[in-house]
Amino acid sequence: MKSSSFAYRRAATAEEAVALAREAGEDARFLAGGQSLLAALNFRLDEPCMLIDIGRIGALRGIRRVEGALKIGALTRHAEIAASVEIAKHLPLVAQAIHEVAHPAIRNRGTFGGSIALADAAAEMPACALALGARMHLLGPDGPRRVAADEFFLGLYETALEPGELLTHVEIPIPPAGACHGFAELARRRGDYAMAGLAMMLGPRTGAGRDWARIVFFGIADRAVRSPSAEAAIVAGAAPEECAACATDGLDVFGDMNAAESTKRHYAAVLLRRELDRISDEENRV
Amino acid sequence: MSAPVQITLSINGEPITATVAPRMMLVDFLREVAALTGTHLGCAHGVCGACTVRLDGASVRSCLMLAVQAEGTEIETIEGLADSGAEADLLDAFHRHNAVQCGYCSSGMLVSAAELLAQGGVPDRATIRDHISGNYCRCTGYQSIVDAVEEVARTRAGKAGAGA
Amino acid sequence: MSVTTRYDRPNSYIGKSVPRPNAVRLLHGRGRYVDDKVLPRMLHAAFLRSPHAHARILRIDAAAARSMPGVVAVFDGNDIAQVMTPWVGVLTHLSGMRSPPQPALARDVARWQGEPVVMVVAHSRAAAEDALERIEVEYEPLVPVCDMQAALAPEAPRIHPELDSNLCWERKIEVGDVDAAFAAQGATVVERSFTFGRHTGVTLEPRAVIADYDPAEDRLTMHYSGQAPHMMQAVIARHLNMPEARVRVVAQDVGGSFGIKIHTYGDEMATLAASKLLRRPVKFVADRLESFQSDIHARDHRITARAAIDGEGRLTAVEIDDITGIGPYSVYPRSSGIEGNQVINLTGAPYDLPAYRARLRVVFQNKVPMCQYRAVGHPIAMAVMEGLMDEMAAASGRDPAELRRLNLRADDSYPSASPQGMRFADLSHQACLEKLLDLMDYKTLRAECDRLRQQGVYRGIGLVSMVEVTNPSPMFYGVGGAPIAAQDGASVRLDASGAVHVSNSITEQGQGTEAILAQIAAEVMGVDISTVHVVTGDTAVVPYGGGTWASRGAGIGGEAMYQAARALRQQILATAAAILQTRPEKLDLCEGQVVDADSLEPRIPLSDLARMVYYRGNELPEGLQPELIASRHFKVSDYPFVFTNGAMASYVEVDPETGMVKLLGHWVVEDVGTILNEKLVDEQIRGGVVQGIGGALFEECLYSQDGQLLNATMADYLVPMASEMLDIHIAHVVTPTRTSELGAKGAGEAGTAGAPGAVMNAVNDALRPLGAHMAQMPMTPERILRALGRV
Repeated sequence: MKSSSFAYRRAATAEEAVALAREAGEDARFLAGGQSLLAALNFRLDEPCMLIDIGRIGALRGIRRVEGALKIGALTRHAEIAASVEIAKHLPLVAQAIHEVAHPAIRNRGTFGGSIALADAAAEMPACALALGARMHLLGPDGPRRVAADEFFLGLYETALEPGELLTHVEIPIPPAGACHGFAELARRRGDYAMAGLAMMLGPRTGAGRDWARIVFFGIADRAVRSPSAEAAIVAGAAPEECAACATDGLDVFGDMNAAESTKRHYAAVLLRRELDRISDEENRV
Repeated sequence: MSAPVQITLSINGEPITATVAPRMMLVDFLREVAALTGTHLGCAHGVCGACTVRLDGASVRSCLMLAVQAEGTEIETIEGLADSGAEADLLDAFHRHNAVQCGYCSSGMLVSAAELLAQGGVPDRATIRDHISGNYCRCTGYQSIVDAVEEVARTRAGKAGAGA
Repeated sequence: MSVTTRYDRPNSYIGKSVPRPNAVRLLHGRGRYVDDKVLPRMLHAAFLRSPHAHARILRIDAAAARSMPGVVAVFDGNDIAQVMTPWVGVLTHLSGMRSPPQPALARDVARWQGEPVVMVVAHSRAAAEDALERIEVEYEPLVPVCDMQAALAPEAPRIHPELDSNLCWERKIEVGDVDAAFAAQGATVVERSFTFGRHTGVTLEPRAVIADYDPAEDRLTMHYSGQAPHMMQAVIARHLNMPEARVRVVAQDVGGSFGIKIHTYGDEMATLAASKLLRRPVKFVADRLESFQSDIHARDHRITARAAIDGEGRLTAVEIDDITGIGPYSVYPRSSGIEGNQVINLTGAPYDLPAYRARLRVVFQNKVPMCQYRAVGHPIAMAVMEGLMDEMAAASGRDPAELRRLNLRADDSYPSASPQGMRFADLSHQACLEKLLDLMDYKTLRAECDRLRQQGVYRGIGLVSMVEVTNPSPMFYGVGGAPIAAQDGASVRLDASGAVHVSNSITEQGQGTEAILAQIAAEVMGVDISTVHVVTGDTAVVPYGGGTWASRGAGIGGEAMYQAARALRQQILATAAAILQTRPEKLDLCEGQVVDADSLEPRIPLSDLARMVYYRGNELPEGLQPELIASRHFKVSDYPFVFTNGAMASYVEVDPETGMVKLLGHWVVEDVGTILNEKLVDEQIRGGVVQGIGGALFEECLYSQDGQLLNATMADYLVPMASEMLDIHIAHVVTPTRTSELGAKGAGEAGTAGAPGAVMNAVNDALRPLGAHMAQMPMTPERILRALGRV
């Protein structure tokens, strides 16, 4: 299992990477952490003509506090996310979810941006980005642009990234005071892609309900997906069982080898009810 | 298009310069070019952990890295860990606990275990199991490996405590 | 046993947990696995494999591949067949078994997805893989026959047109009045249908071979990652039409085998043929995808079984119908019939059982070939019988432990035999069960389960009483015409420095073979274990024998070692007595010296004795041979197999909302006879248990309807990893076998044999209050939810 031949170029800047990509055409790939790409190459599932190594572009690495948000460089490694005090303080959802991403050696090498750009339907980070209403900073031949998470994840491994366009940063708004998060996933083994997962942000309490809610399921559809029905039910103050009952209403759910469509719908509902129960218990205790 | 690339890096403290095809995996570079066969290839898709080595101080899968990406880095393989004596207590504990059967997972397992131990303290058994959860061992059932890591953590913590 | 009364002497190693001397270099990264070796002029092979489960090969166009850079040769099935004959995987004592000749590379028809079709030999593996992409094969897809039950239908397409059906072998057993027992008044009868999925070995080191043909000497050396060098030597010689003596098989370090690496594989055989054709070394290392598609798979049974107890709770009859799918060929040379044969031979073995009926059907199908893998048939036989025991206990209102107590063969009842004709001796089912219940604190655990159920927590306990076939005699394979030795040989010699060199035909796969050989030799020879040097795995060096399979290393190879060391010891004592002008019985060996038997006073160091024999033979008394070497072979004679027995328990919690199973406890009490090295025995059991848990909860080769293997990666095929596994508590009962002087039985497979049944019973115990029942392995979360009616 050896990959087919390809050319290799190392880019010193994001601009150079984008220029190289334009030159090389559609069969070139950006190489960041490589933890998914190189596995696909080894299986010859993908046979690019060129890899453009962006791994050493320092400007794309690190976590910065900006106005009301954290701006995470695309090349920031999962291990750096896990170790970040800023993330732990401001984005506890990400801090919790990052530990479910694969295994230590993968987290040492894999990048936050790589995970977002790959958009695996069962991956944790795209789900978190969606739940947190992240904004993706892209750089293409025509310059930079920003795309909201809601418009970024389009389908199975499909994103708003145009050919040759590079994800440079992910800007995640810091949730307002009174918001809380929930996260849970069901995987057959530690570190495996989840059979079903839930990443959610709930706005401050308003009576029985919530100011807003962003309920995201992963591992059940072609991408991380929000559940409008569950969000509406939560905002309206419905009981956890009722919110869970409509968890996947209107969503296109797809089965896989570990769980059929109906099982995934069941799991989504169980995860949501359990997390809502937990939050409710904790808030009542305070 | 796929022209060979010259790279220079440090492996186990020794500099090496070589010209490699871009597609060469780091694990193949270590085994075939540097002739360090202690690092093993088990699955080539990053799941089994047999190829785990230390790169600039952190454990990485050498099947999910290209040799060209290792330019300028410092790599330590099992040969380096063993020869330096830095992990002698860990190797000895693996031996005494029979935390090795066929030996094929051992180099990757040791790199992962050493990484956990370097964090200090005495991790509980669930934490040890968690840290090696990306390293497949078909032979032992893992318990003896957990025993060995736990014992070394305790001993090192004891020594650290005594020295403080 | 004299060997167990010498604990306190210096150099007594037998029975002690000596760390493995040969493990240090593995930990230092200094192993020598096949893929670590690089030979001059060596080429690399890669295989184009059939993408279809069943297809006629109409045309192969390899012209473009041949002209690719680095490519040296491209061979198809016809090319290889010029130098290599096909093989037939049947054993004559499994009467009526049939399987057509199997070629190294498919010719005319490919019969499983992954069957090798074309071989490329190139200067690098990458170049060989590049060339594979340029080969065009035109296939005519044929109807795949995948479901084993459907394969037996009269209208089913035949995988081998020359056979009248897809049936490979059928066997029936009937002993006692089974129908009367089931019809009897007051009988409690339970019937269940079980499904055991396919899984596979997933050795961390994939199969690997270097074939090195030297035309100057007409000699072929195979660097082999495997278990049975002499068997491979015979197989290679036969099918490459070479004298056996011109074939050398060398196995150095092996990265796990578990029964995967003891079969004849087309890709490995083609690699040997290619080396002969190209007259230079060729390496083939299976990649992980190829491993899943070509390593033998295991299990794959559908079983209906029923059992009855009378009003007192005594077993009266068991009936089992097993249908098992083996892929398109019976695997050579061990056949694919043994797995099912073991199932019907061993079901009910731990119990007094008056009546038994069984039917086994072994069926061809278009999937990866199935063959013997760790614990061959045992996990099925144990899970079925122990599952029925628990169901009968529940149906008759008895405690599962109590029902076993009532029915286990009594520890004072040996020798005895089962209805199937299995002969038992020196077993301890009752003692093992009692020790197990004590070890796990069964009563407290039971009470905890009951209490937690009131709180909506569903925990369960599963018990298993079991046997394991170990130390087989020639009645296993040799009697059926296979070139498989049931005996093993040991050789031991003293060198001029007083060091002890031993060689043995059993092989090291990581289980500690070389350690126990060193322990035995060091103790008998009265030397420090560091002065013993062990060689295994090379047909040019070691005595002729069987290798590693059927948990036979310690019991057979170890006994041969013991006898050889005893013989050399006698030789040394006789020589020393002649030199020292005393009688041999007045002398002993201790700490590298010949010593006075009573006082242990040193008389002459072994090194001095050896130097006198080798260098100054003129000083030796007249007629004394100048030799310090002995060899002995051993086979089990009085019984076809030496059975071991044990008892096992699993404690689990099932989340009825998710179907997730959490393992909370696992206990094993095993009687392996004399324990040579407890640490190694325990590690065999633990590793075996985890492999068994893999089959029970995680591992399955998933196929599409048309025979495509869907999960041929380690991301999708789930092996047990550290986080989900648990600490396993082990205790022993020791009943040495009387078939040998050492008294050691085998230990390699018991864990895998018993664990699946224990876990299944525990899950069912947890589910029982919810009215659900699992009878399919692996017990995936989704299957549990289905059983609960939740999805």
